[in-house]
Amino acid sequence: MTDAAPNGAPSSTVFSKSEMMIVAAARELAGQHVCFVGVGLPNIAVNLAKRTVTPDLELVYEAGVFGAEPARLPLSIGDPTIVTGATAVTSMYELFSFYLQGGLIDVGFLGAAQIDRFGNINTTVIGDDYAHPKTRLPGSGGACEIAINARQVFVIMRQSKRSFVERIDFRTSPGNLGGAENAARIRREQGWLGMGPSVVVTDLGIYHFDETGEMRLDSLHPGATLEAVRDTIGWEPRLAAEVVTTPEPTAEELRLIRVELDPGGAYTK
Amino acid sequence: MSTSKVATMRDAVAEIVRDGDTVAIEGFTHLISFAAGHEIIRQRKRDLTLARLTPDLIYDQMVAGGVARKLIFSWLGNPGVGGLNAIRRRIENADPAPLELEEYSHFGMVGRYTAGAANLPFYPLRSYFETDLPKANPLIRPIESPYGDGMVYAVPPLRPDVTVVHAQRADAGGNTQVWGLLGCQKEAAFAAERVIVVVEELVDEAVIRADPNRTIIPGLVVDAVVVEPWGAHPSYVQGAYDRDNRFYLDWDPISRDEAAVQAWLDEWVYGLDGRAAYLDRLGADRVASLLPSGRAPSGSVDYGQYR
Repeated sequence: MTDAAPNGAPSSTVFSKSEMMIVAAARELAGQHVCFVGVGLPNIAVNLAKRTVTPDLELVYEAGVFGAEPARLPLSIGDPTIVTGATAVTSMYELFSFYLQGGLIDVGFLGAAQIDRFGNINTTVIGDDYAHPKTRLPGSGGACEIAINARQVFVIMRQSKRSFVERIDFRTSPGNLGGAENAARIRREQGWLGMGPSVVVTDLGIYHFDETGEMRLDSLHPGATLEAVRDTIGWEPRLAAEVVTTPEPTAEELRLIRVELDPGGAYTK
Repeated sequence: MSTSKVATMRDAVAEIVRDGDTVAIEGFTHLISFAAGHEIIRQRKRDLTLARLTPDLIYDQMVAGGVARKLIFSWLGNPGVGGLNAIRRRIENADPAPLELEEYSHFGMVGRYTAGAANLPFYPLRSYFETDLPKANPLIRPIESPYGDGMVYAVPPLRPDVTVVHAQRADAGGNTQVWGLLGCQKEAAFAAERVIVVVEELVDEAVIRADPNRTIIPGLVVDAVVVEPWGAHPSYVQGAYDRDNRFYLDWDPISRDEAAVQAWLDEWVYGLDGRAAYLDRLGADRVASLLPSGRAPSGSVDYGQYR
């Protein structure tokens, strides 16, 4: 495994960390039906899933599209290719009211700038003072309502000490709050349809959430080590009884990413 | 037959946009009226409150042009590229002056326009629970359901003084048709005091009446119709031209340097008298490269005659 995407032939089985992350995220979508696609890495992961593990996946874009059939990888989540050939184009009002808040979304797929052990997400500001941030991030967009209303939430992001933190600076999108018990009570009392985060895929491995509501490392990508995981996470991570190795990307998965989806390397650099 | 509302961009902006106004140039990725934004910069409007779900490059340019004192928004970035750097300088370093922020989520912004359009005192939604957004913006408030089944959050109505909508076509009376992503242009237009519609093509009223399902904004709420082909570039118009993704990438290094931003505004905004000159400068090759790769016409439907 190397850091940079190789420019070699598509048949090359050498793959980058980003490619492994995208492939692992796409495979997690097997068996899912309706997916709300977030900005950035989720966009390429869901488009790969549609070409591999789940061809019938209904792609929902917050711009107001249900059942997108993108003929090229959308470069933004408002790309014209998500419209042509789609099942339905709706106003954003209908999309957020009827499709999302109405409970029709199985998986909300998000990226994040900061995440904590319970899957709470910050995409708003870095720094303690909202009014005077060290770094101003984009903000919620649709993420806060996706986290609350989608039946489950998948997250894809690269691991680092700055992004996997003990305490996020701002809670933009709720995860398992302070733990599973606390989250289940609040979700019940407030009538949320969503059950919160279920998967986090990084450039090093795959996490699911255990009975306490905390992230648990279940799978390490080929070449990644527990040491590398601990070096890029702000808490002592829980480990599955047996941490498995993520199967390598197949030649076909790599071909789809390099030739069909992202020939310019916009997502894999 | 209605009276013609057709105007030049210069006249429409001069008469309809006033210093201190709240202005919404809407359009989600699609149909963003850069032409109107540039004319507002060119006319040196001041103290505007700019509302948009996604401020996008157009508000980065307008903030750099000094027209704004406040931003109302829900996602602040250059999609797929990075940050909006002129805006970030104002927020992170108050450089050259602070910028007031009022921040929501997308659904919150859509709800605000919806309440504004429907003359409601607030819009209720299930977002914001267990987040820090209500602390960051005290206008997001929890309310009890009057039917005793729990709490929801409320957002206040947003009634812009001016909404600008770019569209594929309208007639001279302002009856406006759009296809492709609809964003929340309809809600933002109905919520506004005054509306400018900018179109790729001016059509006969008969064209509108032949396909009434496609009309999203009636001339009833429109004050001016500006005919400005390619007025949405580097945003796009479904079926007419693609998003100029190269421009969005190129803006990143420009916008990191205040002097480069001002030089860009001199060259592309202050130094030009309108969209036609902008298109000339963009060049025929760049324009041709943005045409769709092929056609995808809709099927037609039969509305039937009922005499």
